[in-house]
Amino acid sequence: MQLFERLRALAADPDFRRGARDMASPSLGLAAWGLVTGVTMVKSGLSLPLACGMSLLVFAGSAQLTALPLIASGAPLWVLLATAFCVNLRFVIFSAQWRHYFGHLPRWQRLLNGYVAADLNFVYFVKRYPDPVPASGQQRYFWGGVAVNWPAWQLCSFTGILLADRIPTHWGIGFAGVLALLGLSYSLLTEKLLWWVAMTAGAVSIATYSLPLKLNILCAIVAAGAVGWWLDARKGRA
Amino acid sequence: MSEAMTWVALFGLAGITVLTRGFFMLGEQPLPIPDWLRELLKVAPLAALVAVVAPEVFMTQGHVITTWQDARWPATLAATAYYFWRKGILGTILVGMAVMLPLKLGLGW
Repeated sequence: MQLFERLRALAADPDFRRGARDMASPSLGLAAWGLVTGVTMVKSGLSLPLACGMSLLVFAGSAQLTALPLIASGAPLWVLLATAFCVNLRFVIFSAQWRHYFGHLPRWQRLLNGYVAADLNFVYFVKRYPDPVPASGQQRYFWGGVAVNWPAWQLCSFTGILLADRIPTHWGIGFAGVLALLGLSYSLLTEKLLWWVAMTAGAVSIATYSLPLKLNILCAIVAAGAVGWWLDARKGRA
Repeated sequence: MSEAMTWVALFGLAGITVLTRGFFMLGEQPLPIPDWLRELLKVAPLAALVAVVAPEVFMTQGHVITTWQDARWPATLAATAYYFWRKGILGTILVGMAVMLPLKLGLGW
């Protein structure tokens, strides 16, 4: 009963509700991506329990999609894990930022927070709390977002798993996920300087696309960081 | 891969998710983060998003698109216009899909 009361109090909490609300509309777009991931898992030959297990355990769309062809072709375990690590490198970068907010928590809680923190959670959290210092309400805001993002992703992933044979791939439903990320990128363009950063990232990502292991994403981040740093330094001198 | 081996792989992948997302939160003491990395952190989310989106819009199977008969660029254009008009992400997705689906299914772009 006590747990129920506590959950009810949490659901009424303004920070929790704001976190949930911020996550609601982009989650709809990413849900389409979850759908596609669900369909792809089954189509690449995973059994029903394995596909469900992968969705619940791994909870990282891009790493899952990258791992599937490797599992199907029987690649060695270490290649599989190293590839997933590279695809997830952006999270390593994000975790340095999470540390500023969650560093004071006990370790199991830091790692639990990290485990459920997908791209969207990071983007919205940093937008809501631009100063990298712990503040009251942050935990509740964070878990409000997770409470929407996690079930939305799992539900759609499971729907994809069950509908795998009925949704024609040529509809291109996955593009809804791309559009969600596009809108999200626009919402981050808060100063003029960042347009140059974004254009650099896009151009470098396309130019280095043929690199293996999705390393083009990392190249783009590094190049964009260099451009941002250079423009910042120039502005400082002027 | 056998069924049992695949389960092992899945738990390994879950471990990778925890390791990467919690990387700088593993230790009790904060790892020293060099200045250049700190600079990178400021633009990393935007850069990562654009780096994922750009190839999805402008490339097909590893090559930059050369035809204008592709449903994705009108969809992206419409979605962009909607975003800067109204600023809503859900509307951006819906407008983009509303432009893409007829072009793709109707005209075969």
